[in-house]
Amino acid sequence: MRRFVLIAVPYVWLLALFLVPFVIVLKISLSDAAIARPPYVPQFDWVEGIWAFLSQLDFENFTWLIEDDLYWKAYLSSLQIALTSTLLTLIVGYPIAYGMARAPQEWRPTLMMLVILPFWTSFLIRVYAWKGILSNEGFLNQFLMWTGLVSEPLQILNTTTAVYIGIVYTYLPFMILPIYAALERMDDSLIEAAEDLGCSRMSAFWLVTIPLSKGGIIAGCFLVFIPAMGEFVIPSLLGGSDTLMIGKVLWEEFFSNRDWPVASAVAVILLLILVVPIVLFQRNQQKEQEGDA
Amino acid sequence: MKRLSAFNVVSLTLGFAFLYIPMLILILFSFNESKLVTVWSGFSTKWYGELMQNEAMLQAAWVTIKVAVISSSIATVLGTMAAYVMVRSGRFLGRTLFSGMIYAPLVMPEVITGLSLLLLFIGIGLDRGVLTIVLAHTTFSMCYVSVVVSSRLATFDMSLEEAARDLGCSQAQAFRLVTLPIIAPAVVSGWLLAFTLSLDDLVIASFTTGPAATTLPIKIFSAVRLGVSPEINALSTIMIGIVTVGVISASLVSKRALVKQRREEQEAVRAT
Amino acid sequence: MGADLAVPVFEPWTDPQAKPLIQFQNVTKRFGDFTAIDDLTIDIFECEFFALLGPSGCGKTTMMRMLAGFEAPTEGKIFLAGQDIAPVPPNQRAVNMMFQSYALFPHLSIWENIAFGLKREGMPRAEIAARVEEMLRLTRLEKFARRKPHQISGGQRQRVALARSLAKAPKLLLLDEPLGALDRKLREETQFELMDIQEKTGTTFVIVTHDQEEAMTVASRVAVMDNGKVIQVATPADIYEAPNSSYVADFIGDVNLIQGQATATGEDTYALHWREGAAPLTIKSPNAISDGQTAHLAIRPEKVTISADKPEGADNVVQGKVLDIAYLGNLSTYHVELPTGDVIKAQTANTRRISRRAYTWEDTVWLSWTATGGVLLAD
Repeated sequence: MRRFVLIAVPYVWLLALFLVPFVIVLKISLSDAAIARPPYVPQFDWVEGIWAFLSQLDFENFTWLIEDDLYWKAYLSSLQIALTSTLLTLIVGYPIAYGMARAPQEWRPTLMMLVILPFWTSFLIRVYAWKGILSNEGFLNQFLMWTGLVSEPLQILNTTTAVYIGIVYTYLPFMILPIYAALERMDDSLIEAAEDLGCSRMSAFWLVTIPLSKGGIIAGCFLVFIPAMGEFVIPSLLGGSDTLMIGKVLWEEFFSNRDWPVASAVAVILLLILVVPIVLFQRNQQKEQEGDA
Repeated sequence: MKRLSAFNVVSLTLGFAFLYIPMLILILFSFNESKLVTVWSGFSTKWYGELMQNEAMLQAAWVTIKVAVISSSIATVLGTMAAYVMVRSGRFLGRTLFSGMIYAPLVMPEVITGLSLLLLFIGIGLDRGVLTIVLAHTTFSMCYVSVVVSSRLATFDMSLEEAARDLGCSQAQAFRLVTLPIIAPAVVSGWLLAFTLSLDDLVIASFTTGPAATTLPIKIFSAVRLGVSPEINALSTIMIGIVTVGVISASLVSKRALVKQRREEQEAVRAT
Repeated sequence: MGADLAVPVFEPWTDPQAKPLIQFQNVTKRFGDFTAIDDLTIDIFECEFFALLGPSGCGKTTMMRMLAGFEAPTEGKIFLAGQDIAPVPPNQRAVNMMFQSYALFPHLSIWENIAFGLKREGMPRAEIAARVEEMLRLTRLEKFARRKPHQISGGQRQRVALARSLAKAPKLLLLDEPLGALDRKLREETQFELMDIQEKTGTTFVIVTHDQEEAMTVASRVAVMDNGKVIQVATPADIYEAPNSSYVADFIGDVNLIQGQATATGEDTYALHWREGAAPLTIKSPNAISDGQTAHLAIRPEKVTISADKPEGADNVVQGKVLDIAYLGNLSTYHVELPTGDVIKAQTANTRRISRRAYTWEDTVWLSWTATGGVLLAD
């Protein structure tokens, strides 16, 4: 009995506030725009059963998504932005993680904390901080003009470049931590063994260090890619009008156009795109855990 | 211990500079006299003064804290229950669905979570406001709590609970007297995580709130969309300050406890 | 050994009138497809120090956990003092357990750990205090009462675990590898301490161990287990001297096993035809073997005498060459290869200095043993 309550409470909560809402999104995405205009009351007429639901299926919203090139352009551009910035985060994050893992033992907790600290501070504030740096009269341009590298301010804010910077900056801890965890576990004598067996420092790095931190790299990349794909705050604060990201499109579809069925359809497709990386990520984590055991 | 190579020193220095300089600039310019946040014109704390006068901002801060405290507390209870179920309950009907629902919100884009909850609240005719934000925040942060707590429970020595049962505890007593005190640090960090997630959330709150309840992130977002303002810098500085003090003191406390425990263990070994 | 030598002899298992404290009746325990305990019937008597001995995975821990109430038998019944314990949850059994990991509550002091079970019983405060003090005295932990488990050494932790499980004065105490985490020297000391405490408190102890020396030292009776079955239950001396199977003979201590066909030559006397052309071995063994049956002679190395000249009048004599010598300090084990290719081990006490050793590698030696030196075990 007690066990039943223990399971039922969180179960019912999640069913009601996670699964059911999601089913509603699915249903609305398949319903007609006309009846879905607010105030909208979804009809949960389960008596009519699944047949009625199926017969009312309307793929119009999805057709709309395919016909209007705004949407698939937005998906493609989100995908491209998320992939590029994941790669950039890896390039920036790996040397930091590597440096941390090589640092003297007594520094490591402090370095760890320095990486985690930004994670605890507001995401919004960290994105906002870049607004002042990247603007035309911002510090970056002031600095570049002072060094004489450029003669007039570069337009960085409100471009896709600013979005890359924002994503790399805010998601950097997610990349560093798993790689650091993998590198820290690594036995130093492995590198020595590789060098002893004739590797140069560089080839020892490529042949031993990188393969052993593969799990961390994969985990880090997924942890950056998955949220970057649906990102809304960064493109809307740092990106320009030409920066298309699907999170932003969904937001505008919902709040500005108030077209709920289309917004729902956008959400469903976004989720379908994310299912593959999410499943792959889960696999990777399981493999890592089994490797530890 | 080996010395750091030049490459490592450079990458660490640049890396941490990248992480911290933006925030330092933000903090610095909250003390700027001028309204322009890019030109330094003298030290002043007037923006903090103005912030304290800003009724709307204070109101939003109060709503945010209220939401965060309530939702993280409920999330901690539910998340701990869920973690216990995941680690201890073995097989039950719909276990796969259950674990899926625990992990999915962690990777679900916020726009989708927000949208789906909003549609639910409209569907059941619930007025949007503090209650709906609390429900939404509880739902996604309980999943984070359950991940933190279940990773602690997974390494928890089962025989401790069995020993308690053996010495006369009922299942509930064993949990209250033995398991809970031992996993308490994980439960507390779960609560803290839920609390900061709730404080920080813009997207889900924007979807699930109504006109009556505006949270701080919503307020900040609408202000910074228009541009940079020193008042927001001041507010950010306060928030960064609170978090920094909190995180550093928490880690110092746990570090001291660890050092003390290590020393005592060594003494115990030497005493034999 | 220990309690055995006390007068009058403590041997309730030989008394048909004695009522066992614990009875396993045809108990089977399965986990999915895996059978951990296979149709097991065993009696354990009051005040016994009973050892379950076997390799890991043989089911000994499962048996203990069924007694404690953490597992329920799939089939069969377990009785404690005549009462079926299946419906009794672990927290209401008059059975306490000392865990292999000790399972000391890290957030409670030593004193609170020991008092934990007493508080659950609702014992009055003053009585709890008195009982805890008594337990602390018994286990010589008075000085450490206020410390936390991580502030004491491994040996002290072991004693806290013992004190905590004895505090409620259980009818039966279960000890799961209680000395496994201690180093060798401390383990030997603690074995005697355990026996001492068992005698003082008069509690029935059931100990699980994979260490045969430990089982032989502490136990009044040992059950040797393998693959969920009990192979033999007997006193340590009987287990060693009269194993009932080659598994037991091989598991406990060192043994020479010689296979052959047995033929009866008189009452209790058998001739073992073990090699074509070799003289049959003469064995006096209580186990009945039918003629022509394949059997093993099990003989301990210390019962085999090694000599340079052919001994006169020995029951069994073979000749061979010294192949290897294992020098153990007090003892030496000679591995002697017979012309047939078989290797027989003989052990002698090193009463002389090593430089004056009588035999060395490649020496031709004679091995001999008496008819009663070994036992004959049917396959």
